[in-house]
Amino acid sequence: MSGLINFLQRLGAFIIDGMAGLGRSVTFLISVLMGFKDVLLRPRLLIREIYSVGVLSLLIIFFSAIFVGMVVSLLGYTILVDFGGEESLGLLVALTLVRELAPVLGALLFSGRAGSAVTAEIGLMKATEQLASMEMMAVDPIRRIVAPRFFAGLISLPILTIIFMAVGVYSGYLVGSEWKGVDAGSFWSQIQNKVEFRHDIINGIIKSIVFAFVVTWIAVYQGYHAMPTSEGVSKATTNSVVYSALAILGLDFVLTAMMFAS
Amino acid sequence: MNSSKKVEVLVGALFLMAILAFVFLALNVSNFSGLSSNKGYKVTAQFNNIGGLSTKAKVTMSGVTVGRVTAISYDKKSFRAVVTMTIDPSFDYLPEDSQASIYTAGLLGEQYISLETGAEDASLTEGSNISLTQSAVVLEEIIGKLLVSFTTK
Repeated sequence: MSGLINFLQRLGAFIIDGMAGLGRSVTFLISVLMGFKDVLLRPRLLIREIYSVGVLSLLIIFFSAIFVGMVVSLLGYTILVDFGGEESLGLLVALTLVRELAPVLGALLFSGRAGSAVTAEIGLMKATEQLASMEMMAVDPIRRIVAPRFFAGLISLPILTIIFMAVGVYSGYLVGSEWKGVDAGSFWSQIQNKVEFRHDIINGIIKSIVFAFVVTWIAVYQGYHAMPTSEGVSKATTNSVVYSALAILGLDFVLTAMMFAS
Repeated sequence: MNSSKKVEVLVGALFLMAILAFVFLALNVSNFSGLSSNKGYKVTAQFNNIGGLSTKAKVTMSGVTVGRVTAISYDKKSFRAVVTMTIDPSFDYLPEDSQASIYTAGLLGEQYISLETGAEDASLTEGSNISLTQSAVVLEEIIGKLLVSFTTK
């Protein structure tokens, strides 16, 4: 009997904790979104953050796009050539990149490269009491520190995803056409016939906007609510990457089912 | 160059790259053709069986793409499939008695509509109906016919 009560108590505590965490993160998100006007008033802060979040992530996005495009092209060629369908290689490369790989891999890399950095930076500011001293000077740290980072991430990831798509398709073209000898004309014409601008490319970009929102939200929340110790900051950084990856992969399935299933 | 200017230049370069990549995607990787993609006149045709024909399938003449299938519906009165095609306005001289047939591109390819020209002087316009049609070939039907001809011998 007491075992059952203990079990119920643990379950209840778990649910109440979860609800409290959800409430904290949503109210935190609302106060970050309220900082939008401050970001507009001081665009220089936003540009500096876009530099550290977006421009500095460009190299890893660029290289992964090149190698992902080449691998998809090479693998697709090996499979398609058995059916005499290597002209469809362009379609295969373009659709997999535009619909799935660019938004998902871009967001995963972004959370590893930029999300973790944002979490660690804000968490360390909290641990060294920089945020508290800002509050002492009547500067709201959410509006001065968190909001520019949040909006910079929200802007940067879709941009990086678009670059990922273009670079990936082009590197797939180089492998397919220059190395494997697929006809360049049929490569591009298959893509242009079957890939639809609104249905495929715009939906891929919408995916990346959703991922950007979730990844940066998790990153700034974990940083701002980190335990103000060195252990707490390291835990928050780990959580930021792990939660982001899980959220991206789960959301990707839901979004794909909504966008492309019918 | 001071550091603040360097940051701004690099952010500007990032946005420029994104715009270039977006233009590349729009023009080269998709069938984006501005807002004029739905231009053309609509022609309908009734088929007994459309097989695996789907919207956005090609409409060709002698292998040249002249339009796309824009809608497929079912006619309650004649019990036949109604296929609506949008033909590019530059092909406004197709004879009224042209024949529409559903073919398959390659052995396993997708199905498309092929128009064979007729001999009338009047040409197809918005809302015309193509009366001469040939349905899609269904593999099971051919096998069935073959079996019948083998067994009746």
